[in-house]
Amino acid sequence: MGSGTHIGRVRGLGSAKEGAHHWWRQRVTAGSNLFLTLWFVFAILRMPGYDYASVHTWLQNGWAAVPMLLLVVSVFYHFRLGLQVVIEDYQHEQKRVAAILLLNFFTVATAATAIFAILKVAFGAAA
Amino acid sequence: MASRTPARPRSPHLFSGFLKLHYSWGPHMLVSILHRATGSGMATVGTVLLVWWLAAIASGAEAYATFQDVFTTDAGNLNIVGWVVFVGITYAFFTHMLNGIRHLVMDAGAAFELKRNKMFSLIVIAGGFVLTAAFWLYLGMK
Repeated sequence: MGSGTHIGRVRGLGSAKEGAHHWWRQRVTAGSNLFLTLWFVFAILRMPGYDYASVHTWLQNGWAAVPMLLLVVSVFYHFRLGLQVVIEDYQHEQKRVAAILLLNFFTVATAATAIFAILKVAFGAAA
Repeated sequence: MASRTPARPRSPHLFSGFLKLHYSWGPHMLVSILHRATGSGMATVGTVLLVWWLAAIASGAEAYATFQDVFTTDAGNLNIVGWVVFVGITYAFFTHMLNGIRHLVMDAGAAFELKRNKMFSLIVIAGGFVLTAAFWLYLGMK
């Protein structure tokens, strides 16, 4: 290390062998988010009303419940990756570990609640 | 060992320490920090809103009425809280979405030329406002 060419020095240092994963999954979920959130925006615009009966009827339909489930998985995965980078930029050492743990708990708890709510409406009786 | 004063471009800072200023803000710098701000805002406030909305629908009419009361007037229009939160979230969404598309283009290796990069950044900034306005105008006229 240190006496060869630039590329030789880089190879000598090696990598963690997993850095590309985070980057790639952020892009994959960005792509799926684009489709799913645009569907959601148009679904909201086209809803007949925003009262309880209207939104409940809308979410009961599989054509709304399934994309909604996919949206929660894709979007929550994406924001977990994004907030991780933000935390890594501004927090260090123990605080960083604590913040990442908190982020994981927040993501899993909110995702579970959202998925349960969607399934409850989709499998439940009509209001 | 690298030299202490390397012959490469330095960060665009005027002064140092407390008075450190960027001497020239460009649109690319603005969309960069906007991307992080809008993303962080949606990940926190937006997530809580979405989960609350879904949980309220699942819980029943009463819980949904509580959700609605926080953001709307008795007449059914958005109140001040509703305006700030929902217009803010939609602005964050459209800006983040447009800049996300810009990032995907740049990931493919395109649009790094100075003029084109600046143009795309300006389109993102303007497009965020235009799409937000279009969304609420459509809802308002519905």
